[in-house]
Amino acid sequence: MADAAAETDLKQTPLHDLHVELGARMVPFAGYSMPVQYKAGIMAEHLQTRSKAGLFDVSHMGQAFLAGPDHETTARALEALTPSNFVELGYGRQRYSVLLNDEGGIIDDLMVTRSISEADDGKLMLVVNAARKDVDYAHFRARLPENVQLHVVEDRALIAVQGPEAVAAVAAHAPAVADLAFMSAASMEFDGIDCHIGRAGYTGEDGVEISVAAGAAEAIARALLADDRVDAIGLGARDSLRLEAGLCLYGHDIDETTSPVEGAITFCMQKRRREEGGFPGDDRIQEELKDGPGRVRVGLRLDGKAPAREGAEVALPDGPVVGTVTSGGFAPTVGAPIAMGYVPVEHSGAGTALELIVRGRRLPATVADMPFVPNRYYRKPKS
Amino acid sequence: MTIYYSKDHEWISVEGDIATVGITAYAQEQLGDVVYVELPEAGREMSQGDEAAVVESVKAASEVYAPIDGEVVEANAVLADEPAKVNEDPEGGAWFLKMKVGNPDQLSDLLDEAAYKAYVGTL
Repeated sequence: MADAAAETDLKQTPLHDLHVELGARMVPFAGYSMPVQYKAGIMAEHLQTRSKAGLFDVSHMGQAFLAGPDHETTARALEALTPSNFVELGYGRQRYSVLLNDEGGIIDDLMVTRSISEADDGKLMLVVNAARKDVDYAHFRARLPENVQLHVVEDRALIAVQGPEAVAAVAAHAPAVADLAFMSAASMEFDGIDCHIGRAGYTGEDGVEISVAAGAAEAIARALLADDRVDAIGLGARDSLRLEAGLCLYGHDIDETTSPVEGAITFCMQKRRREEGGFPGDDRIQEELKDGPGRVRVGLRLDGKAPAREGAEVALPDGPVVGTVTSGGFAPTVGAPIAMGYVPVEHSGAGTALELIVRGRRLPATVADMPFVPNRYYRKPKS
Repeated sequence: MTIYYSKDHEWISVEGDIATVGITAYAQEQLGDVVYVELPEAGREMSQGDEAAVVESVKAASEVYAPIDGEVVEANAVLADEPAKVNEDPEGGAWFLKMKVGNPDQLSDLLDEAAYKAYVGTL
């Protein structure tokens, strides 16, 4: 149990009182008091999100924007710090990326959005991990050119609504959301409240993230929770959902020592950037792209029922330790324990038999394709 | 039959020289959905405070400690197939293990129901 003095130092999100009213179990997370679960519990909350819709308070995450004289200038400034293509990011489009250190390790993973409005040209919106805000912001301030500034947004909440019925539930209050393509965003009204909504998330489901002024966040959350299809979901289920979706949790599955090639997130590196380089650690990353990395993040399915957690060693069958589990637990949708971790490339093929060492016992496991459950991101029908 | 409790949220039901050990309703509520229970083999000699079992919830693994010295005589095989029973019936059918009481003096250091309830009230 955290002591009372430490808890009083915790920051609260604009939805804190609502969480308490809903019976959430509040825990310290990245300096915030956050709901780990509500009364239903992690398992029920996980399955609710997969079958209907879940509402997640992600206001602890860092919202900021980069502002420069024009799109190309701002995009080039961000490209100097990441391996992604932002110059050609379209209006209203979102892209997942990573901030890289000079060794090609990952300082943080982040979501970047170009405003849909031409009037905002030169602005890129960022959402970064709560625990990395200070590090990220210091990095931007140290590295950005003089004509591109970082503006940290402190007065907005962020609410994720995820699941097969999420968009329909939000559309009842913000009809324009139904027209958004996956990984695109727009400003719109939610019951008359100005919001910025992107069609993305971190659960593997269709859904949105709603950025709204702190003072209006509770009205939006209450309006959505009044819908029978939507329940409040805590960080516990957020973690099991993203694990099943094969998505990395910063500080666990990726960190300052892992490159995006090792982390198996090369989808954040578009063709021009891979070829041209020009990002921190490009020597290492381009070499890993060409010759393969030494180790790589893989999915693991355990044969038995015992879960393997972060830190469990990965070994060859009856053989030496070759890697480490970085995330693991019981997967409610799969109905079995799953994990992800790093192994040498030569042992990373789907179907490779390995063992995970838990409390001194070797549990049989198999390298599995990720995601562990199919993604259900929205694809616009071709017209 | 006398039921004792520990500050580690275990209950110990003693009948003759056999103690049946499980976790309390408070403990299961704190753990959340139990997905796996690892139990000791019959015949294992344990000292008070030894790791006797492991309960895995969706979120985390938690140890269950031997509340007293003794030899394990039986583990609850039902929990291998139905770990969720720990949430449904923690102080009944979801007992973890039975052990032969090795040192009866240790029982007097445990809590009775009223003292355990009072302890939980302070948490």
